[in-house]
Amino acid sequence: MNKILLFAGLQEKAGKAELQLEAVNKSIAEVKGMLKDSYQLDEIDTSMAAVNEEYANGDFVVKEGDTIAFIPPVSGG
Amino acid sequence: MSNKFWISEKALDIQEVVDLVTRREAGAINTFIGTVREFTKGKRTLLLEYQAYVPMAEKKLAQIGEEIKEKWPDADTAIAHRIGRLDITDIAVVIAVSTPHRADSYDASRYAIERIKEIVPIWKKEHWENGEEWIGDQKEQKAYPKGQPDEEDLT
Repeated sequence: MNKILLFAGLQEKAGKAELQLEAVNKSIAEVKGMLKDSYQLDEIDTSMAAVNEEYANGDFVVKEGDTIAFIPPVSGG
Repeated sequence: MSNKFWISEKALDIQEVVDLVTRREAGAINTFIGTVREFTKGKRTLLLEYQAYVPMAEKKLAQIGEEIKEKWPDADTAIAHRIGRLDITDIAVVIAVSTPHRADSYDASRYAIERIKEIVPIWKKEHWENGEEWIGDQKEQKAYPKGQPDEEDLT
């Protein structure tokens, strides 16, 4: 099982900051697709992903217990 | 090292950040203070709301400190970024860089704020008179033209 974290616009659109998803052995790109379908999160296409607090590419394969955060374009400063 | 890079829900104390880089070897301490602007392209902001992925944001701020150390080995850096609701003129970010000579302190400080806008997971939501929106255009340019940032930007 995996913890999924959503931020900013993604969080508002989904109506939650956190959810559980079975994503083991799926790629980040596949996880994006699943979330896009389940929550109509079109903005996820332009978001980065972080696995366990480090940026990860679309072909990264998720392991048991990984925390996956979807990070819309940032705007700090 | 990591206690020099943090996210805060409380008002930032400029002096606290400066004190972290004050040392006998320094001939310059450059501070950058980012504040909440009222008007952007004629549009009036009422308040801002900042959100962060706090543990990762603190790691990425520390990473910027390490990058600065590689580029300017004599530099010492501290960065604090605020989250939550901020009013106009409130301080959103404080960067302090100390170096033996002034030129490097300016360059490293500029580098830090530009990197914050590229890699640190912090978002701001603008509240205007007639609406609100999460802002996502990094460095005030179009965000991620290729759908994701260039890989070299992230490492």
